[in-house]
Amino acid sequence: MANQIKEGWLTFKSIFTGMGITMRHLFQPSVTLQYPDEREELPPGARAQLYVNIDDCIGCNLCARACPVNCIDIETVKATDDVDLGKTSTGNPKRFWLTRFNIDMAKCMYCDLCVHPCPTDCITMVPEYEYSEFDRTNFVYHFSNLSPEMVAEVKDKAEEEAERKKREKEEMMRKKAEEKKKKEEEAKKKAAEEETKKEDETDADDSTNKNSENDDKE
Amino acid sequence: MFETIGNIMAPLTAIIIHAAIPLTIILVYALVAIWGERKIAGFIQDRLGPMRVGGFHGWAQSIADLLKLIQKEDIIPTDASRFLFKFAPFMMFAASYAAFAVIPFSSDYIGSNINVGVFYLLAVTSILTLSVIMAGWASNNKWSLLGGMRSAAQMVSYEVPTIATVLTVIVVAGSLNLMTVTEMQSGNDILGFLPNWFIFQNPFLIVAFIIFFISILAESHRVPFDLPESESELVGGYQTEYSGMRWAMFMLAEYADMLLLSLLGATLFFGGWNSPFGEFMAGPFWGFFWFMLKGLLLVFVMMWIRWTLPRYRVDQLMHICWSILIPLSFVNLILVALWEMIF
Repeated sequence: MANQIKEGWLTFKSIFTGMGITMRHLFQPSVTLQYPDEREELPPGARAQLYVNIDDCIGCNLCARACPVNCIDIETVKATDDVDLGKTSTGNPKRFWLTRFNIDMAKCMYCDLCVHPCPTDCITMVPEYEYSEFDRTNFVYHFSNLSPEMVAEVKDKAEEEAERKKREKEEMMRKKAEEKKKKEEEAKKKAAEEETKKEDETDADDSTNKNSENDDKE
Repeated sequence: MFETIGNIMAPLTAIIIHAAIPLTIILVYALVAIWGERKIAGFIQDRLGPMRVGGFHGWAQSIADLLKLIQKEDIIPTDASRFLFKFAPFMMFAASYAAFAVIPFSSDYIGSNINVGVFYLLAVTSILTLSVIMAGWASNNKWSLLGGMRSAAQMVSYEVPTIATVLTVIVVAGSLNLMTVTEMQSGNDILGFLPNWFIFQNPFLIVAFIIFFISILAESHRVPFDLPESESELVGGYQTEYSGMRWAMFMLAEYADMLLLSLLGATLFFGGWNSPFGEFMAGPFWGFFWFMLKGLLLVFVMMWIRWTLPRYRVDQLMHICWSILIPLSFVNLILVALWEMIF
């Protein structure tokens, strides 16, 4: 009997303790954030959506190489000599047209590894978390600001220039080869002459020989 | 002929107008209470509860829910017993609503001033058990049937301590008429300042009230005794196959039942429409205000308990009723009777 009374007392005590706790919570301010009206600010350094400031990109491909899941796809075209692409805000010269700069956010694993190697800090994580889509292809973000016609034009120009430079290079190589041949022939001639001179025992052309040797060195 | 029609129609109109008053009270209360319960649940859990519908704190949430439920498809299982299936929710609400006839809302208004008030009330609320079994059986679903049987067993069991504790009050009051019971509790004589309510008149009536409150919690299927239904998170017991407005009728009946039993408690233990300050703020209108305040406070305590305690297992539930509450209530009845004899 005494035991039962004690048990009953404990029961009521625990019930009233619990009710006191709930009563205290009844008057506490709520922790709810009313989502569409109020939004949570992500803390600084939060890893969320990727953003590329394409004007600052120099096309160095470092981010694409750092990416562990290969979600960054970059295609660059070398700028021709007649175009000056200017400089980035950090002062790096831009030497490439960025014909393609796609980031597949569906693949992205938010590891932040692409952000750190960027020399111009143009690829960054922005505190955005509301970019869900109904179609997975919409997750491929195109950051390149060149139109397709522009891309084609740039590519053609770059090819032409590359060919021209290739031809120039070949020409240079040919010239150099010819010069080498000439020199070798001259050297042969000289050697032959010297042999004849030794036979003649005269030292008349020493200085010119030295000069020609110097030319060779240059 | 016209005279006879007039003789019939005049009382009929009076009856309809009379009957519309409790119905209005129930419906308005149900809208407010459903919203209020969700808000209380939210606040207790440090949430906000419904906030979108209406202006201030989503006050129109219940109305929006009502519109949604009216739109929903009325599904009746193929092999269900159609008439009983359709009839059960209305019967359940009718049982709750009929019991309001003997509740004295104020010193001027009582639906029916009969001499067997409490007896009638308890008898009519027994029909709730019948409607629960009806719903469980007509759904032609084993889980519904099991849930209905469990609910019915729970209600039948807990009616015993309820009646026993009501009987203790009747022993003190000496009348079954709730109006008389309320009038007996007017005045402020206890210790010079306390109102003459029954809960202060007798130490054993406090115990009686605690038992009564536990019993009405179980009778109106509230936590911690709502294991068979658990309409908010489990399968729903006898309500499983119901959808849309039929389910809403069940909810309405549950809330009406809560209000009915809370008002009964307020009448029996807390002086009904009597003001706690004697003659101050007394009168028919203020009486109604005090009465509803007392009833709604008890309803609030029910909600408060709901968001505090976990559920009982079904065997614990039966154990509490048959091994603890019933013996206690009968012993308590004897003690109260002795106290009344001695003093």
